[in-house]
Amino acid sequence: MRDFSYVRADTLDAARQASALPGAMLLAGGTTLVDLAKCGVAEPDSLVDITHLKGLDAIKVDGNGAMIGALAKMSHVADHADIKSRFPAVSEALWQAASAQLRNMATIGGNLMQRTRCPYFRDPANFPACNKRSPGSGCSAIGGVTRGHAVLGTSDACIATYPGDLATALVAFDAVVHLGERQIAVDDFFLMPGATPDREHAIEPGEMITAISIPASASARRSTYLKIRDRQSYEFAAASAAVGIDFEDDGRTIRDLRVALGGVATKPWRAHAVEAALKGKVLDEDSVRAASLLAVEGAVDHGANHYKIELAPRVVARAILKTGAMA
Amino acid sequence: MTIHDPRTRHGDASDGAMDQVGGRLSRVDGPAKMTGAAKYAVEQQLDGLTYGVLVESTIASGKVRSIDISAAEAAPGVLKVLTPDTIMSLRTASDWFGTPPPDKPYCPLARDITFSGQHVAAIIAETFEQAVAAAAMVKVSYDETPAITDLSDGKAGDGIPIDAMTKEWGDAQGAFAAAPVRICGAYNTPREYQAPMEPHGLIARWEGDKLTVWEPSQWLDGMARTYAEWFGVPFENVRLVSPYIGGGFGSKALALGHGAVAAAAAKMLGRPVRVVMTRPQTFTGYGGRAATRQTVTIGADTNGIIQSIVHRGVNETSIDGMWVEPLGVVTSIMYATPNFSSKQNVVRVNSVVPGAMRAPGENPSAFGIESAIDELSYEVGIDPLEIRLRNYAEQDPEAKKAWSTRQLREAFAAGAERFGWARRTPEPRSMRDGNQLIGWGVAAGTYPVRRAYGEAVVRILADGSVEVESSSIDMGQGTYTILAQTAAETVGVPADDVVVKLGDSRFPRAGVAGGSRLAGVMTGAVYKAATSALDQLIGLAISDPRSPFHTLQANTLVVANGRIGSPRGDGPDLSIAELLASVGRDHIEATGDTMPANSTAEDRYKNYTTIATSVPHTEGDYSRHSWCAHFIEVRVDEDFGTVRVSRVVSALDSGRLYNPKLAESQWKGGIIMGIGQALLEEGIVDRRHGRIVNNNLGDYLVPTNADIPDIDVISVGIPDLHSSVLGGKGVGELAIVGVAPAIANAVFHATGKRIRDLPITLEKLI
Repeated sequence: MRDFSYVRADTLDAARQASALPGAMLLAGGTTLVDLAKCGVAEPDSLVDITHLKGLDAIKVDGNGAMIGALAKMSHVADHADIKSRFPAVSEALWQAASAQLRNMATIGGNLMQRTRCPYFRDPANFPACNKRSPGSGCSAIGGVTRGHAVLGTSDACIATYPGDLATALVAFDAVVHLGERQIAVDDFFLMPGATPDREHAIEPGEMITAISIPASASARRSTYLKIRDRQSYEFAAASAAVGIDFEDDGRTIRDLRVALGGVATKPWRAHAVEAALKGKVLDEDSVRAASLLAVEGAVDHGANHYKIELAPRVVARAILKTGAMA
Repeated sequence: MTIHDPRTRHGDASDGAMDQVGGRLSRVDGPAKMTGAAKYAVEQQLDGLTYGVLVESTIASGKVRSIDISAAEAAPGVLKVLTPDTIMSLRTASDWFGTPPPDKPYCPLARDITFSGQHVAAIIAETFEQAVAAAAMVKVSYDETPAITDLSDGKAGDGIPIDAMTKEWGDAQGAFAAAPVRICGAYNTPREYQAPMEPHGLIARWEGDKLTVWEPSQWLDGMARTYAEWFGVPFENVRLVSPYIGGGFGSKALALGHGAVAAAAAKMLGRPVRVVMTRPQTFTGYGGRAATRQTVTIGADTNGIIQSIVHRGVNETSIDGMWVEPLGVVTSIMYATPNFSSKQNVVRVNSVVPGAMRAPGENPSAFGIESAIDELSYEVGIDPLEIRLRNYAEQDPEAKKAWSTRQLREAFAAGAERFGWARRTPEPRSMRDGNQLIGWGVAAGTYPVRRAYGEAVVRILADGSVEVESSSIDMGQGTYTILAQTAAETVGVPADDVVVKLGDSRFPRAGVAGGSRLAGVMTGAVYKAATSALDQLIGLAISDPRSPFHTLQANTLVVANGRIGSPRGDGPDLSIAELLASVGRDHIEATGDTMPANSTAEDRYKNYTTIATSVPHTEGDYSRHSWCAHFIEVRVDEDFGTVRVSRVVSALDSGRLYNPKLAESQWKGGIIMGIGQALLEEGIVDRRHGRIVNNNLGDYLVPTNADIPDIDVISVGIPDLHSSVLGGKGVGELAIVGVAPAIANAVFHATGKRIRDLPITLEKLI
């Protein structure tokens, strides 16, 4: 039987020290970790339980933005009145993620750390080759069942899709991950797979997410998260878009636009090209649809996931039009 | 003969007070399930219980070269490592028809690998966690050979013709060639899985040569027979216990390999063994619905009157097992046609042998013919509902017999009225709401009345309560409840005073809870037993010198609401308990069955442990079926291709309903499962490995509540006494049949795109 140790951390420093040991993993809501342990993907030597750390579950929103503690539950953030009013895309992304039971358990920090749903990654017994799990072992997904795999940000080593919704909204609004004192933009926190798909986050041993901050912005206040999926609930995105718009005083000309994609890329995917194409333009359907095609510039499909290249721009366009039409 | 007026034969499909057959009594097992008090089979706590975990093949085709168990054997808590070389020898059991098996050993652990996920070894340990850990240490090496992964595999070939499936009359090819309107479509359904909430599993315990198996089961007596034959012990030595079942949908009717492993391990160890499948194992430990391919060609005149139907079907089966998913069963009876031809092949692929899943045969068959007639309706420009009525089969076109009852015309009328079908605009893409294209589709469904036999014991106890026992089962369909209602009405007591005991093979026997037959069978058996018990009770009251009724010189008495009195209300009025006390009896017991008179012990054994004696639905002068019509509205997002079902109205003919509330729930469950089949469900095979990759409920999608709109069901049935003792026809499987084509037809109406491959996922529409 595979034994592991369990440590309940009383202080942040203790948690950091314990988690710096080889084979140690942080345990918060456990919704990802326990699942991956059952699959045989996660094989921790020690679990560092951080759920008893004080003060890490606070949600503070003021004129400068939001500061969300790493241990805040997904459901609490989703239902927070100021998050709903000032960052609707963030709240909507959380509401549409996972299930009610999971949202009540899972933490914001853990949500950022969730792993891909690639079926080859999740089944070590049958698919030993996985560069994300075992660097250098190969990629079982390429040439296999790829309907859910990424079309953006892929490499020869990995085509696994980043599955989360929240981070897609965060990357649109320039959110920052706080690793104690060190701060890093969410967009930089998630790494492209390249030749090292095992390395998914810019976080070092002994570091721990303590909070996420989102700067206040007019575009975040007027924002939405649109998630398209096979099933209406409890399902990962086939394609999703987080969009925020700020208009000039004429109410038609786009002063600021934020667009990020989920469900189609190896990391939360900011669509700068779409933003640039529409900034300064008057919002109309034809130009939005044309600009949205830029969302999948450079996309590469692997057969069954080709539809994502068709679908993603349509989701972006609909989200922009919907946000533009908001009162 | 009875000495009281039978009450149960009367009434229409919606009659009845709560306590009577036809009443809307809520599930009597509901509170126990809601509160967690209901103890399921594998929740038994037994002294000395050990835990088994299965090791499965990671290749789809080849041979096991060697199994290295050294590390596993040395792992903490491990009691036994079973491989093909170390597991005790079992005997091959007969199949579910009771066909005598070949005289050869049976090994539930494979040396020859024919599919990925096949059981090759098993660990038995003191704890579940120890068994899981040790199972991961078993190293199996293989000599791999190329696999045939699915029907589309180039190596699959045309398959094996199944002559028994051939049905032909008239000159189908000639009439088709001569028809002025001809349509032809190829319709495919993927592998689908029953995905019950409760995974398969069991606890097996031996005491000497007696085996007790706690296992969710749709068929205690059939499974007991298999266990008995595997181990060469008398049938009576095997006891199956299955008080509740967390969903079966066809998958829990037979004893399976993991059961053989658990029972063998228990025998070898001399300790009880529990084996419960993981969710991924439920995709390979037994079969789901086979993938199917059909071509349907219809020749018609310009008025849409069918002249000919030519149907060809193929379903997959495993390399060494045979499963025929009968694809021509709805094709041949739904519409009148003077010329018909249907043939079917099966193709061997490297998968577990497919199995029964809600309406096996009827379900994919209806997807073919009900899509095809929709295509014909557009071809000739006739409303899809109207074309179904023009081709209405007034008798069974295949058996050339009268329908026992066929309220399909009434179903079409009632459903169309409630749905508002008359407001439908005929052109595809003609109804829209913003970005959403709206489509309305209709399709019919049917399921045959499968009849078999059951027996039950009814006891009237000293306190006046009534006890019913039967080895039949309740997997959520409501057996506990309707048998309580049957006994309550027949004896004349409140349903609250009836205790129904099911799910133990020591009770009077029953056949399989499959083919939507159990309710009809068991209400009949309980009715007979209860009638006999009531006869005894009244007979005692009239004839026993100690009875207060003895001097009344009555011919009969009336029992109602637990009290017994004279028909006119004069004379004594006693509770049943008081009467039994007065005559010095502590109970009355009667056994009833629906077997033909003069049945031998061997007949009975065969009837309850095989399906060989099921009565054909076309026996005698009538053809017996349930019928339904589904009217479904979909909304298709024109940018995204996502299909959402926004409205369902279904009118169904299941004859008389024993409990409309429960029947409606079963119909809705079938419709929900049909929505999943139409839009979501598909076992996806990695062709390089011959393995299902979406073998979990995160990736194999079944509908959530958010996917399901309000479902409006209408009963249009009338009592059908040719079909069952009390007039009911099948309920459980009917409603899934026709849902997928109704949705596909609605999607065509919405989008102008005809999707002939299930499921209808978004990439097929963008």
